[in-house]
This record gives sequence, structure tokens and C-alpha cells, in this order.
Amino acid sequence: MKHKVYIYRAFERFWHWMQAIIIFFMAVTGFEIHGSITFFGYANAVKYHNAAAYAFMILIVFAIFWHFATGEWRQYLPTGENMMAQINYYLIGMFRNEPHPTKKTVLSKLNPLQKLVYFSLKILVIPAMVISGLLYMFYRYPQKGAIVGLNIDSIEGIAVFHTAGAFMLLSFIVVHLYLVTTGADITSNLKAMITGYEEFEDADNEKTNNSNSSKTQNSGIEVSK
Amino acid sequence: MKRIVIALLLIGLVLIISIGILIPKETEKPPLSLLRAKLTSKKVPVVDHTKFAVLQKVFSDPRQVTAACISCHTERHKEVMKSNHWNWEKPEYIQGRGVVYLGKKNAINNFCIGTEGNETSCAKCHIGFGMTDAKTFSFTDSTNIDCLICHDNTETYTKAPEKGGAPMGNLDLANIARHVGKPKRSNCGVCHFFGGGGNNVKHGDLEKSMFEPAKDVDVHMGVDGVNLQCVDCHKTENHNISGKMYSLSSMNRNRATCEQCHSENPHEDAVLNRHTLKVACQTCHIPTYAKVNATKTEWDWSTAGKLKNGEPYEEDDKDGNHTYLSIKGSFKWGKNLKPEYIWFNGTANHYLLGDTVSDTSKPLTINKLNGAYNDKDSKIIPVKIHRARQPFDPVTKMLIQPKLYSDKKGEGALWKDFNWKRAAEVGMRDVNLPFSGQIAFIQTNMYWPVNHMVSSKENSVKCIECHTSQGSRLANLKDFYMPARDNNPIVEYAGIGALLLSLLGILLHGTMRIMTSRKMKTRGL
Repeated sequence: MKHKVYIYRAFERFWHWMQAIIIFFMAVTGFEIHGSITFFGYANAVKYHNAAAYAFMILIVFAIFWHFATGEWRQYLPTGENMMAQINYYLIGMFRNEPHPTKKTVLSKLNPLQKLVYFSLKILVIPAMVISGLLYMFYRYPQKGAIVGLNIDSIEGIAVFHTAGAFMLLSFIVVHLYLVTTGADITSNLKAMITGYEEFEDADNEKTNNSNSSKTQNSGIEVSK
Repeated sequence: MKRIVIALLLIGLVLIISIGILIPKETEKPPLSLLRAKLTSKKVPVVDHTKFAVLQKVFSDPRQVTAACISCHTERHKEVMKSNHWNWEKPEYIQGRGVVYLGKKNAINNFCIGTEGNETSCAKCHIGFGMTDAKTFSFTDSTNIDCLICHDNTETYTKAPEKGGAPMGNLDLANIARHVGKPKRSNCGVCHFFGGGGNNVKHGDLEKSMFEPAKDVDVHMGVDGVNLQCVDCHKTENHNISGKMYSLSSMNRNRATCEQCHSENPHEDAVLNRHTLKVACQTCHIPTYAKVNATKTEWDWSTAGKLKNGEPYEEDDKDGNHTYLSIKGSFKWGKNLKPEYIWFNGTANHYLLGDTVSDTSKPLTINKLNGAYNDKDSKIIPVKIHRARQPFDPVTKMLIQPKLYSDKKGEGALWKDFNWKRAAEVGMRDVNLPFSGQIAFIQTNMYWPVNHMVSSKENSVKCIECHTSQGSRLANLKDFYMPARDNNPIVEYAGIGALLLSLLGILLHGTMRIMTSRKMKTRGL
């Protein structure tokens, strides 16, 4: 017997996919500005990259609000619990067809490695990219270098920092896209992020402490630790 | 499935709307259309000189015309006599040297070297009559002023060659005097297009095609466009003409600028406007110069003096440009040239007659244009760099001002006697400087800011022509970081390395998963 568990809510999925599109778009336009590729044309790449930056910041504002309003931010607090098991699973267990060590539920949908990586993205990488990006756009605005105290002589530091962040995000995306395939079967993680539901074998579900959550779609909102 | 489609549509819609709102529209700002209206409106002259009684007579001497002008314009000659066009020098402050009197009178250039001793020929472009020697010429006699060279509107007034600035003898001076007005392109161009002894020798962006240029040669002066005259931009008050060349100027003052009409932030696009802090308008808006006729790029004086059967000769290229002249040496020319680029803050230093050159291993810069990325007054400007080999005294370490012109043989003039040593001897004696008797030739460079032959905005330099690591127009300006041209090698290698390691990692992991899952299947797990 299989049954479905509702993992990702509508806004969460919308936010995830918007973020995916924007980051992909910003990677293409950004690396064109960096001189690595040629696609949109330089002037367009700059224009689109800046426009996408605003779209991204608007999305971030909504996402922050959602995370606090729903209490979902707690999902991302790093934990050492189960960490070794998770690492062992990726390094050994997966090849022996062992079950996932961390069970997905509405209350806890991220494994310890995900918690750590997503937490650092949210707290370090994305803010660093937003801040360095804003500096990149406005480091001479509006004082045009006239106020000596505010003057940043060169864009070099900003640009190099922003580029380093972009490489980190790109590496994350590569690994992230691969790990999508490591769910119960190859597409189950992807399906979950599209439909919100993930299918589980009943045998697995018995071990979870919140099997009822599959019945009501919004149970996660009221229940929080 | 339906929900997925709706979600995707929603995402697409939000994306399109946000990009649509956030990308600034390209609309023309009102000031440009106002400028266009203002500059194309016809002006009605306030006086008709044909009706003036004082001009209804026969003039036998151009000085009589000048006197007639002054009889009505009673104070104007005083303004003219303060000008650089008249005095051929002005006080200039040079950082590190103090105030010097600099001008055509005493400056060394990279072409015919200098006017001193050669005035009879050079003063064809002096706004006066009879300057055969600047030391004896009366700069205080107002009847020496040549009003007509600038104010003739008939386009018939012509100065005679080698007469110290006197006009041709066959002119209808009275008719010309009755048809005077604001200077036209032809008045300025007759000297400024031919400096250095031929069309487009010096500037590269000022030459005879600019008398009646097409719009695609110069978007401002195009006869099929706004048809601006020189003085529309080179605003003039009391005969003080704005704008100058840094061959003879050192200070950041009295410049004619693009910004005086277009403002400092003329673009709709904020990113482009931010460029104006460090990039001069000309840098992007003059992609090439010498668009119609070639300009001289190299001049080697060391080959001058060769004769065929005892006579001087010339050699031309297929376009008719001199490639060799016995009197001047060998030349190279270029057409449709991409400018070179430098930082410039509006101040310059100069090689002045009598300066000693300690290091002759690198080219001597005749006019050093100051500037650097870290200097907040500096912008990137386009320049023509004219490269020459000039006579030099290896003992005194001074550039040599040779005697070039004379109307007869035997006075030591190079152009008559073809004897370098004698020309140097006489020339240096005229300027009261020592000469050891030895002549060498050294590399000298001169920098000519390119300001004209502005292209339409559609034809301006594209971002990618500078923002690229492959042959960037700004490849030689290495004192700053520019996106796409530059990167930090550590970040670049580490970043690409991390990316490759990630790919390698998932490749290994994926292969192992496939292999082990097959093994499980065969074992029936």
C-alpha cells in the first residue's frame, strides 16, 4: 500500500520555483556580464540581470514573511541529530538500498544535511549576493564618489566577491539537481515539489510519528513545536 | 496536471510583469528635441553690411578693411588682441613648472616642429598681416588684425602662401567686406583642417570633409541633419572662443564640452549614466575617426633630405597622401581609425624648447595629458597618438628646432639647402639655444584628443567592445577592474574547480547507484 503525504504547501512551491527560475536566469545573465558566455548581448544581460535582481528581492521579502508567519523558519535550524546517519546514507546506505534515515513529514521535511546547506544559503550566501549585488549597482549612487567618506574607489572587490558567490550558488545547483533524483524513486522528490504530495510506502509511514497529517492538508499550520 | 499548468502560467505572468515594469523604457528626453528645435531655427541678421557707407569703396590694402571695421566696432580689436589666435601664446600654469607662456610662438609639436624662424610660412594661419618674424611683428598695431579670415561669409577670402599672413592679391576686398558675419565652418576649417601642412595631418577628426559633412560623418554638423557650425558649440564671448587643443594648453579651463548642451546624465539608462563619471562622452560616441580622408599617424624626420638628381621629390600612396617628401621625411597614414584611450583630467604638461631629455630609450611625450583611474577628475578619453622621429642633440639632450623655411637658398633652411646640420645650427641660434653640432633622431609622441566626428547613438561603441577579455578597446588601461575584461584568477580557478568537482562527484555517485541497483536486482532484492 502506498499513501500520499502533503509536504510542500502552495506558496512554498511557488517560492521555490520562482527562486529556481530567477537564480537560473541571473546565472546566465550574470556570467554574461562576467564575460564567460555570450547570449542576450551585453547591454541586455545587464538590464535583465538588474530587473531580475529586483524580482528576486521582492520574492525574498514575501518568502521571509511567509517563513515567519507560518513558523516554517524552524525547519531550517541546523541540527547535529541524525547527521552522521544521513552522511552514511549518501556515502554507503544508498548503494545498499537502505531506507532514508530521515522521514519527511510536514513538521520536519528536511534532513540534517539539507538543514545545514539551506540554512547557510539563507543566512550567508543569498544575503551576501544581495548586498554585494546592491553595492555593485549603487556603489557610486547617488553621491557619485563626491563624498570621500562613502567612496568606494574600485568595483573590483565587490565584483570579485559577487562572482565567488555566483560560483558557490552554481555548484549548489548542480548538486541540488542531482540530489532531486535520490528520493523514494527517481522522480518522487520532483513530483513532491510540483504537486506538494509525496508518496510513501505504508511500512515506512508507520515509523513516523505523525501519520495523520496525510489526511488534512493544512495540519502543519496549526501544529508547531 | 491542471494545477501544474496554472502554476507555471502564474509564474510566467509574474516574471513577465516584473521584467516589464523594471526595465526602463527608451524614450527620448525632451531636452534633445528642444535643442534640435533651437538649433535649427533660422536667425535673421540684425544688420546688413551691404548698406554701410564706409564699405562702399575700393580697398587697395586689407589694412584699410580692418580700419573700416574698427570705425564702427570701436572696441572689438581690443578683444581680438587679447586672444590666443592673435598672440600665439597665453599664460598657462603647469603643475611642477609654474606659469609658462605657451603657444604657437614657442611650442614644439610633432609635425613641422615649431614656428620660430619659420613664421613667413607658418603665419599663413595667423589672424594678422605681415608676421614674417614674431620677434619684430607689432602685436599692438590694430590694423595688423585680419578680420576677414574669420568673418568673410563669401568663402572667397584666401591667404597667400609664404607671405606672413597677407591675403592673395586678386581678391574683391570691398565685396568681401560687405558680406561679413558670424564665422562659418569654412572660416575655421581653412586653418584648423589643414594644420601641419596638409589636409587632416594633425587632428584626424577635423579635415576638409567637415566643411559640408554628411550626418554619418558628424551627427552634429551633418548638412543633412542639424547642420551645426563650429561656433554653435565653441561658444564665444568677446572674441574669447571656448575650447582648445592640449598641444598648446595645460589648464582645465575654457573648454567646450558635450555636457554644456547634453547635461552630465543624458541617458535614459541609469547604468549608462553612471559611466559618465569615469568615461567621457567621446569615448563611446566616436567609434572611429578620419572617417572620410586619412590622417597622418607617423612622421619620420630622419629620412628627410634625400634628393633625386639634386632635386627634392615626393612619393604618394594610391589615395594621393604623401608617403615621402624630401623636405619632411616619411609618413604613414590611417583612415577609419579606432582611437587609443587614456585617462585625462584636463591638465597637461609639455616639452618646452630647451628642456633636456634624460631617458631616450622610450618615446618622449611632447604633451603629457595627465590622468589616472584614481584621480576623481579623470575620465577615459579617445586620442589620436601621433608618433614621430624628431631631430635631437645627443650632447645637449635637447630637441632641435631646425630652420625649415626660407624663400631662398643659402640661409640654412632645410627645405632649400637640405643640410640638417646647417638647419639645426641656424634654427637653434634663432631661439637662443646651444647646438653641439651633432644630430640624432628620437621617438616623440603627441596626444590629440578626438572630439569631433561624433556618430549617432545607434552607431556608438557597443558595451562588448570594451567589456571583453578579447581585444577590448580599453585593453591598455590596466589601472582598474572592468567587468568582463578582468577577473580574479584565484576566484576563477576555485569557482570552476568547485563546479567541476561537483559534476565529478555526482557522476561518480550516480554511476555507483546504477551499478549497485543492478546488482541488487540480479540478487532479487
